[in-house]
Amino acid sequence: MSPLLEARDLVRIYQTRRGLLGRPSNVRAVDGVSLKVRRGETLGVVGESGSGKSSLGRMLLGIDTAQGGAVYTNGKAMPVFGSPEWRSLRARIQMIYQDPLAALDRRISVAEQLREPLDIHRIGDSESRMARVHEVMLSVGLRLDQADKFPHELSGGQRQRVVIARALMTEPELLVCDEPVSALDVSIQAQVVNLLADLQHDRGLGMVFISHDLKVVRNLCDRVAVMYLGRIVEEGPADTIFSDPQHPYTQALVSSVPQPGRALKSRIILQGEPPNPGNRPPGCAFHPRCHKAEDICRHTVPETRSAGVECRAACHFAGHASLRELA
Amino acid sequence: MIRFVTSRLFRAGLTVLSVMTFAFVVLRMSGDPAQVLLGPDVPQNVVQDFRDRWGLDDPIWRQYLSYLQAMMQGDFGLSMRDRSPAIDLVMQRIPATLQLTIPALILQLAFGIPAGIYAALKQGTLADRSVIVAAIVGFTVPSFVMGLLLVLIFAVTLGALPSGGASSWQHAILPVLTMSIGGIGVLARFSRSAMIEVMGAPYIRTASAKGVSWSDVVRNHALPNAAVPIVTIVGFMVGSLIAGAIIVETIFSWPGMGRLLIVSVTNRDLAVVQCILLLVAAVMVVSNLTVDLLYGWLDPRLRQTTSAH
Amino acid sequence: MNNLVEIRNLRVAFDGVPVLHGIDLDVAPGEALGLVGESGCGKSVTWLAALGLLPGKASVSGSVYLQGQDLTGAPRQALERVRGKRVAMIFQDPSSALNPVIRVGRQIIEALRLHRGLAGTAAKTEALRLMDLVGIPDARNRFNLYTHEFSGGQAQRLMIAMALAGEPDLLIADEPTTALDATIQAQILDLLITLRHEMSMATVFISHDLAAVAQVCERVCVMYAGKIVEEGPVAQLFDTPRHPYTQGLFDAIPSLSGPRRRLVPIPGTVPDPRHLPTGCAFEPRCARARTFCTQHRPELLPQPEGRQLACAYPVPVAQDAVQPEEEYQ
Repeated sequence: MSPLLEARDLVRIYQTRRGLLGRPSNVRAVDGVSLKVRRGETLGVVGESGSGKSSLGRMLLGIDTAQGGAVYTNGKAMPVFGSPEWRSLRARIQMIYQDPLAALDRRISVAEQLREPLDIHRIGDSESRMARVHEVMLSVGLRLDQADKFPHELSGGQRQRVVIARALMTEPELLVCDEPVSALDVSIQAQVVNLLADLQHDRGLGMVFISHDLKVVRNLCDRVAVMYLGRIVEEGPADTIFSDPQHPYTQALVSSVPQPGRALKSRIILQGEPPNPGNRPPGCAFHPRCHKAEDICRHTVPETRSAGVECRAACHFAGHASLRELA
Repeated sequence: MIRFVTSRLFRAGLTVLSVMTFAFVVLRMSGDPAQVLLGPDVPQNVVQDFRDRWGLDDPIWRQYLSYLQAMMQGDFGLSMRDRSPAIDLVMQRIPATLQLTIPALILQLAFGIPAGIYAALKQGTLADRSVIVAAIVGFTVPSFVMGLLLVLIFAVTLGALPSGGASSWQHAILPVLTMSIGGIGVLARFSRSAMIEVMGAPYIRTASAKGVSWSDVVRNHALPNAAVPIVTIVGFMVGSLIAGAIIVETIFSWPGMGRLLIVSVTNRDLAVVQCILLLVAAVMVVSNLTVDLLYGWLDPRLRQTTSAH
Repeated sequence: MNNLVEIRNLRVAFDGVPVLHGIDLDVAPGEALGLVGESGCGKSVTWLAALGLLPGKASVSGSVYLQGQDLTGAPRQALERVRGKRVAMIFQDPSSALNPVIRVGRQIIEALRLHRGLAGTAAKTEALRLMDLVGIPDARNRFNLYTHEFSGGQAQRLMIAMALAGEPDLLIADEPTTALDATIQAQILDLLITLRHEMSMATVFISHDLAAVAQVCERVCVMYAGKIVEEGPVAQLFDTPRHPYTQGLFDAIPSLSGPRRRLVPIPGTVPDPRHLPTGCAFEPRCARARTFCTQHRPELLPQPEGRQLACAYPVPVAQDAVQPEEEYQ
């Protein structure tokens, strides 16, 4: 059986130019990304700004078209953006953004926001639509008396619940979440993370969870893909990625997360700046910031290789015992 | 920076060219230019003479090129009324118009911007609200109403100032006032909101937290940032001044370009109209260009533009 | 009086709505104090109020003593001599906290001129030294660049350089790493720790990130709805949180190691400052609350083990939970 979502060698190129008459230059925001999401599985996509993780999310939904490679849902190729086929596919794949206030229409009430997807996709009659609105509101922890409220009358956490509820209206098989809890306070963030975990568990939703928050990703995701400059540099089961990262970048990333009780000195502090997609270093793109870099890294792009059970990493030294000692 | 300047110059040139092309097309579309420019009662040999001189029997692209060439050399055709070159007629009127527009612009800048900045710094106080109300009255009352109102008060009731004509400097007072009041209002309101936005910016808090005195925060940190949006609106206002001149010169019988335009339109003196049109376009282009260059000077972020993805 | 700063009964109201309900807080010379809480709890407002940086619609009462000098109600000139010179501040989102139209070098020199009277070559030399100190590569050639030509992490380094220009006794870092990428956050935290030791300046680290606070600070205050609810040494607070809110914050944060567990969120939301509960502000969200809590606002009271706590029914201490403090440094 084909996976719920599969991406093969996705490429997304942006053109930027300096000044009106400047020479345009190509920036490969996403550069040959392949991934799979199975039914009921949550894939975390982590990376820093400029890693291309948000561009990847938009391509998985077909909002941005891939310049190379292809996206398949249930084994079928992604229809063209805006076509009727794409629209009906969108009922089954929904997106959740970071800023709930921007994602909601501030002029209409919660109930109307939630009914909208059913109206658009012409699902059910008006009575059954309203019943579904109430059912979904309760399932995301909203009270029915909040149905007539407007987005600005709700707190940040409640707004994000409305966004999630709206995404669930059409009973999607897959949710693509781009930093869905980053704008929320810690105590509220936990509420939304639990909600997403429950939804995934109860409904068997597939989920792509794009985030820079490694703690939340570890808590929520089955598998994790680490992106650096438009490429996946390491992928594997969440537990393995966080306990035994293979790629030096993943090691630094995991190590950079402050944890109470861990001395600061034991952390790997990466030197240098976050990567600039417009100026990709030759060889392994990570080599200028890598403590492990050798000559080969400066001119040869590392192949993605197997690095343990269900793990793959794009590093010349991945899987070598010497690297594990450094971690 | 050089690339920024050249790209703006290139764009300005393009705008002038398209205005000239537009004038060419309109002129050709409004009938035989020889007939239109020379009038109906001109003898046939004169018409033929004219056709030869302007090359009206040439193919259209040749005509277009020689039209452009004539434009470049300052040859804008002859006025229907007295056969004198249109450009001369217009040029004669320019000083009179400048006598109104330049003082009006200076008044707008000198009162509008400080009033707006003052209101912004006193936000929420009575002074602020008075400025807002005055500004709204200033730019909502149309200039012909404002002009007549001023005439009613200062000329008719008080008898202090002349209501029309151009024989002394006192004659200029009412037209200049009429022209500047709306602009003062617009500028005051715009400067106020620009300044309020800047004063709320994080870098203003940084400057205060750094120990910079309040007056230096306003002068050195806030004003240079607020200047960018204010300059934009000033650029627009140069355009609206010209529009204002047409109305105001008519109300006050001021012998400027605006009145010449009205007269020429009524007389279908197309050469003059075309000449004024191009001149206005040139002024607009130059003021826009100035604004763009000022932008680059005021805001380093605009010196390099990366186009959207 | 050995404290650098003593805040007493500091209250702030915006348009008549109180947002800070009487803060008492001391900062000792050279110490690193963390202020933790969620958005709107008043952790930034406390310090903006102390330095007179709040907008005009804010009314401030209480007192803030900086080595005996009362800052609240002090004339503007007096405050301007304190800001940047005695107490410097850096902010969240460094890219917008620097002036976009002034060259970064000039922004640093401005602080040097104000607080150290430096001008000309001397000022430039010192500004370059500060840029080197905070780790701006190739400072000499980047001196005349503008803010937008620096990355977020570098902009925060520039902010820090500017804050160091006055050689302050106290640096207030208001969410300094929140807008930055994980690996850059680590760099900035590292820099702040190093600088604090090298320059022996006290640091107040305002953050919603408990773990980051734990790495930088020796002492922590947890704030909720405009009040300090728990205060104590980092190790004590993190090992045995006693206020149900502090406990709740820990339970709500997923962990990066150990078994994966379901998060325990704090139910409900932060109360609207216009409609605070009559009793304890945390009572509606608190699992331990009893009838008493609905009527009485708990005072922040010193506890035998050294911490201060504002709770009538705190989380009991497990006897074996206290761990040696060294682990956190």
